[in-house]
Amino acid sequence: MIHFDKVSKIYPDKTVALNDITFKIDPAEFISVVGHSGAGKTTLLKMLLAEEKPTKGKVFLESVNIHALPRNDIRSYRRRIGVVFQDFRLLSKKTIYENIAFAMEVAGHEDADIEADVPYVLKLVDLENKIWNYPDELSGGEKQRVAIARAIVNQPDIVIADEPTGNLDPLNTFEVVQILKKINDLGTVVILTTHNKGVVDSVGRRVITLDRGKIIRDDPEGRYVL
Amino acid sequence: MSYKMITTNIKRVIRSGFFNFVRNGFVSLSSVLVMVVTLSVIGSLILGSAILNTTLDVLRNKVDLNVYLIPGAPEKDILSIKQTLETLSEVETVGYVSQEQALAEFTVRHETDQLTLQALAELEENPLGAVLNVKTKEPSQYKGIAEFLQGRNILGSAGAPIVDKVNYYQNKTAIDKLSSIIASSEKLGLFLTLILIAVSVLITFNTLRLVIYVSREEISVMRLVGASNFYVRGPFVITGILYGIVSGVVTLIIFYPILFWLGRFTENFFVGFNLFNYYTSNFGQLFLVILGSGIIIGAVSSFLAVRKYLRT
Repeated sequence: MIHFDKVSKIYPDKTVALNDITFKIDPAEFISVVGHSGAGKTTLLKMLLAEEKPTKGKVFLESVNIHALPRNDIRSYRRRIGVVFQDFRLLSKKTIYENIAFAMEVAGHEDADIEADVPYVLKLVDLENKIWNYPDELSGGEKQRVAIARAIVNQPDIVIADEPTGNLDPLNTFEVVQILKKINDLGTVVILTTHNKGVVDSVGRRVITLDRGKIIRDDPEGRYVL
Repeated sequence: MSYKMITTNIKRVIRSGFFNFVRNGFVSLSSVLVMVVTLSVIGSLILGSAILNTTLDVLRNKVDLNVYLIPGAPEKDILSIKQTLETLSEVETVGYVSQEQALAEFTVRHETDQLTLQALAELEENPLGAVLNVKTKEPSQYKGIAEFLQGRNILGSAGAPIVDKVNYYQNKTAIDKLSSIIASSEKLGLFLTLILIAVSVLITFNTLRLVIYVSREEISVMRLVGASNFYVRGPFVITGILYGIVSGVVTLIIFYPILFWLGRFTENFFVGFNLFNYYTSNFGQLFLVILGSGIIIGAVSSFLAVRKYLRT
């Protein structure tokens, strides 16, 4: 489904973020990408989101080179991906309902669908009682669950979770991991980057380990080894 | 995209712009205040230019050129000169004072001067000639008219010259000075207007740029969920337009009491020009210019300020 083909990324200051990496991701896979800070995890995700272009190599989604897409198609492509960030990145001036509705609006959904689906996804993440609150009125764990609801509301093919548990306590971390596993069980590819050994080990799925821009391990049922 | 979807998207963008305006209360207040200053500058410049133009018009009207005709010159010949002058593009009006009117006006002017009136009565003929009073569109054009009259050595139907004198040369220095003051004032006024408008617009633009800079994270999130440029930019432009509308209305409201108070003073200082009367009688135009400027500045500034964050 996703294919990184000999991808390198060298920034203008000569930092080598990714160094000739090749790997494939099949449909419905759950992949944890681990590595120290500066190993290239964030660059890898940015490439998938078409935020960064590779210096060398290509990234394919279903045989389409995503970095050769015209700008308008990049927007459509991004609507196939749900993203969850460590710092939640919710729109602070919008209510929880509006944060999730916004993702549906930009994907061109009708108001009636939005009115039906937003409460539904909020129920999935157990936040239906916070629908009219603002992000600042929620705890860290609740914010992350809203971010997950926003990421999945358009039923994306891929969910990217960039350090989603970095700011959470163990209980909320456990809840977020369970939700991500549930999303994966429904057939969505989940790509998780994390520093949290416990999270990787509890997921128990494929683990790609990066070190200084290179893949040093790719274990089908891996553990966090660094 | 279907027509229904386009209208739905436009409605969503407008709604989002309204929400941004209301929910970012403090930011909106600051932006509106900065725009009120900008629009006040623009409004003041319009009013200032009205004062300047009225004053210059009054000064222009004080200048004229009199063509004194020889006493006894036939009225037919005088009217023929009048007609010729009226065909000149520089000439605005030509007034005709007949010999009899000239005498009557002289008598009224000197009604307390018995000696002069007695001397006049002793004369058998009217000693005063008819006068053509010429007003040009610009004071600088009097010179050309005077030269036209002098150069043609105008003769009556009997073949004798009928123009006695043209008073331009007596008033030449004053007219030249006035022409130069008017031209300089207009140039300076235009220069100051352009500079002040440019500075005010730049200040507003930078304020809105700062407002949008604060929202850069929000913009990046919008882009990551796949929002089109229209979807990201639209609400900011709508908010910018709202800043413009609110600032325009506030500016016009603030002007009302200030101009009411200033009106009396301007009437005394500027040859009867009451600024408050000008404001009320030209309110429609001022409303359109100030509100229009606010809307355009708000929309264009927001449009340009967001552009920076839409590049990838």
